Amino acid sequence: MNQKYMLPLAGVFLLFLLAYAGVEGVGLQWLFGIVIPYLAVIAFIYGFVNRVMCWAGSAVPFRIPTTCGQQKSLPWIKQNRIDNPDTAIGVFIRMLFEIFLFRSLFRNTKAAFNRDENNKLTYSWEIFLWLGALAFHYGFLVVILRHLRFFLEPVPVCLTFLEYLDGIVQIGLPGIFLSGIVLLAAALFLLARRIFDAKVSYISLAADYFPLFLIIGIAATGIAMRYFTKVDIVGVKEFTMGLVTFHPVIPPGVGGLFYAHVLMVSVLFAYFPMSKLMHAGGIFLSPTRNMANNTRAKRHINPWNYAVDVHTYEQYEDHFREKMIEAGLPVDKEE
Amino acid sequence: MSDELKPDQLLDKIDHTPSCGNWMDTPVHIRPGMYCYAAKAESVETLGLPNARPWNPTDDDWKLPENWKEIIHNAIKERLERFRTFKVFMDICVRCGACADKCHFFLGTGDPKNMPVLRAELLRSVYRNDFTKAAQILKMIPGGEKLSGGRPMTLDVLKEWWYYFFQCTECRRCSVFCPYGIDTAEITIMAREIFNLLGLNIDWIATPISNCYKTGNHLGIQPHAFKEMIEFFTDDIEEITGVNVEPQFNKKGADILFITPSGDVFADPGTYTCQGYLILFKYLKDKYGLDVTWSTYASEGGNFGFFTSHETMKRLNAKMYAEARRLGVKWILGGECGHMWRVIHQYMDTMNGPADFLEEPVNPITGTKFENAKSTKMVHITEFTADLIKHGKLELDKSRNANRIMTYHDSCNTSRGMGLLDEPRYVLQHVCDNFFEMPPNTIREQTFCCGSGSGLNAGENMELRMAGGLPRANAVKYVHEKFGVNTLGTICAIDRAALSTLMEYWVPGVTVSGIHELVGNALILPGEKERETDLRCDPLPGMEEEEDE
Repeated sequence: MNQKYMLPLAGVFLLFLLAYAGVEGVGLQWLFGIVIPYLAVIAFIYGFVNRVMCWAGSAVPFRIPTTCGQQKSLPWIKQNRIDNPDTAIGVFIRMLFEIFLFRSLFRNTKAAFNRDENNKLTYSWEIFLWLGALAFHYGFLVVILRHLRFFLEPVPVCLTFLEYLDGIVQIGLPGIFLSGIVLLAAALFLLARRIFDAKVSYISLAADYFPLFLIIGIAATGIAMRYFTKVDIVGVKEFTMGLVTFHPVIPPGVGGLFYAHVLMVSVLFAYFPMSKLMHAGGIFLSPTRNMANNTRAKRHINPWNYAVDVHTYEQYEDHFREKMIEAGLPVDKEE
Repeated sequence: MSDELKPDQLLDKIDHTPSCGNWMDTPVHIRPGMYCYAAKAESVETLGLPNARPWNPTDDDWKLPENWKEIIHNAIKERLERFRTFKVFMDICVRCGACADKCHFFLGTGDPKNMPVLRAELLRSVYRNDFTKAAQILKMIPGGEKLSGGRPMTLDVLKEWWYYFFQCTECRRCSVFCPYGIDTAEITIMAREIFNLLGLNIDWIATPISNCYKTGNHLGIQPHAFKEMIEFFTDDIEEITGVNVEPQFNKKGADILFITPSGDVFADPGTYTCQGYLILFKYLKDKYGLDVTWSTYASEGGNFGFFTSHETMKRLNAKMYAEARRLGVKWILGGECGHMWRVIHQYMDTMNGPADFLEEPVNPITGTKFENAKSTKMVHITEFTADLIKHGKLELDKSRNANRIMTYHDSCNTSRGMGLLDEPRYVLQHVCDNFFEMPPNTIREQTFCCGSGSGLNAGENMELRMAGGLPRANAVKYVHEKFGVNTLGTICAIDRAALSTLMEYWVPGVTVSGIHELVGNALILPGEKERETDLRCDPLPGMEEEEDE
């Protein structure tokens, strides 16, 4: 068994059991429902801000965008303004495409090598990672937005509308929310890829499996509460409103499954800033994407640029003067 | 290359499926054919870089300074503060694997540690161990160290770094595909800076930078010899065209200073490209009175300092502006080179500017303002020539290149660090009739490296170079077989040397040519005699029979 994923899996199970047993057996609702969520949110906000500030505190000495298209040069050569932007607007659009549509990932190809008489290397478009990633992130986004209904009273109309769209496929009662299903399916796809694709498996760390298992656990417990155990939704809202209004309450009739869900969410929050999940913030600060390719037109300043030793022309001429004169090369000093 | 692997043996070795197990448990084996020799002590001394001494990568003892671990730790720390790229790229990789099969070295060797993500993880694992909270928390629980994906710095780790960061050509292809723009070149650059603090450069980089610093160019060609070499070309050109192109050197008050990689002066087939420049400048002088000078002091466009450290890059690059200022030219024109142009385009003005002693570059013949170069004041020769052609300022006879069936190789640096894609194609298509592109996933921003960039074009690492160049060669082979392509055009001096060897190995029958070699063939000089041969002294199309008689 591969401990790179068995240990994180066991860890997530342990979290689930801890909360479930803690609530059902020992009655630690206050710990898993109040103390830990508050601490987790504090850790998340502090950690996230801290990490972003820490990145922002590092200098950007050179303007080094990765150019993925034709540069701006002569007026009659068509520039690729998005993949090789030379203006702030171009950069903004490039970043929008990166952040909302995962443009770079969209380019993904799959290489194959056939050892036969032709020995051809071929590259085919590989869309599944892009699709999986997009489904995962947008599924998650809609799920999070939908959960805002637990924290807002009255529930804004836009949220009700989002719910309406999310539940447009109606099968039975309660109506199915697509986002939760998409999130779970996409997370399982990403997990399967990590385990079964030899290359991805080889590079994966425990830190890659842990958040996946955690999110799968969160989605699974959420789905279980909504469709199967039918959690006391009024009690849950009472609980969440208590948290946001800083008058926490422990409603009766909400069971261990809910607290397991809350604990896993809390762990995800607290874990976020110290993990690779910070790619969510990092993408905004990635210098190869968020800079304009105009260094020859507009001087970029390096805040720590320092003077260096150079071999000057005078030193050079002093060294070679005789040979230069003999060869008929002009010199600054005749002797 | 008889003692090295045959193409078939090399192909047999390729397997893109990594074995099971943990990469951290796979020890590094520094294998002949895959690594470059250690820097000679005297070359390291020229620039006053640390720990100059004789050493051998295959020895157990690398003769490191006693506090080498501390040096590395402090160097990482300092670079995390100085380079946001480094810091962000250490933190945000999700190991999605999109970059894995984008690296030419991975495609050519199948070595999983050549997957860009894993190359970065070699360093990231130590970063996690030394600099992240998560690892420090996990270390407190038993067995937690393994969970964090971190590892402490050891001599074996350093050797692994050295082996694999000298198997990266800083081509940035992975960065095109990374959803966060993580650029392995940036990580390789940091690793190599660290190596140089310990005296761990390779000689193929250290000796060129030493020469470049002292004598002005990588090959250590002294001023009189530099002039003589170009005068040899002048003789050759006179024999072919009947015109003396009269190059000028170190001329004060010239309009333009021209700088190109010294490889063009020294090594075939770059020399033919150099002759192309000479013919172009003669033409412009006679027709339009444009005054171009060469410099023996700034006689190197290339900058192997870029493969050493940011500081060394700056020290070597400083000569360009210094010489332009001394000669009092209006602006600088740069020849065909790859990494030279990444340095000029993305670094030079920041490092050694502002170039306020130069004028905003204007082509005096066409009146075109090179708006994109108005601060750096250095123009790429294909931008310049494309502008001349567009305005009908060059008289060209394409038929002299009619026997060339062309394809074009984008060099990594000009495509992914600049975006110079259509200018060279425009020039090519105006001096040559037969042009075929390689498949779309292998050109433009997705172009494959020659396998020898970033100072790895030595002789002793031939297996690495041929393996790394396989994806490029494979695409050339495709157009060679499909369209009969016989010439590979390029605008990079390392390409001209490296691709020639690569073609000989993988696609015999394809020659490598700079774009301005073809310009030189096609350009009709005022007062020239009827040419019978091209710049390589091969008969021009239609002249073959006369030769036989």
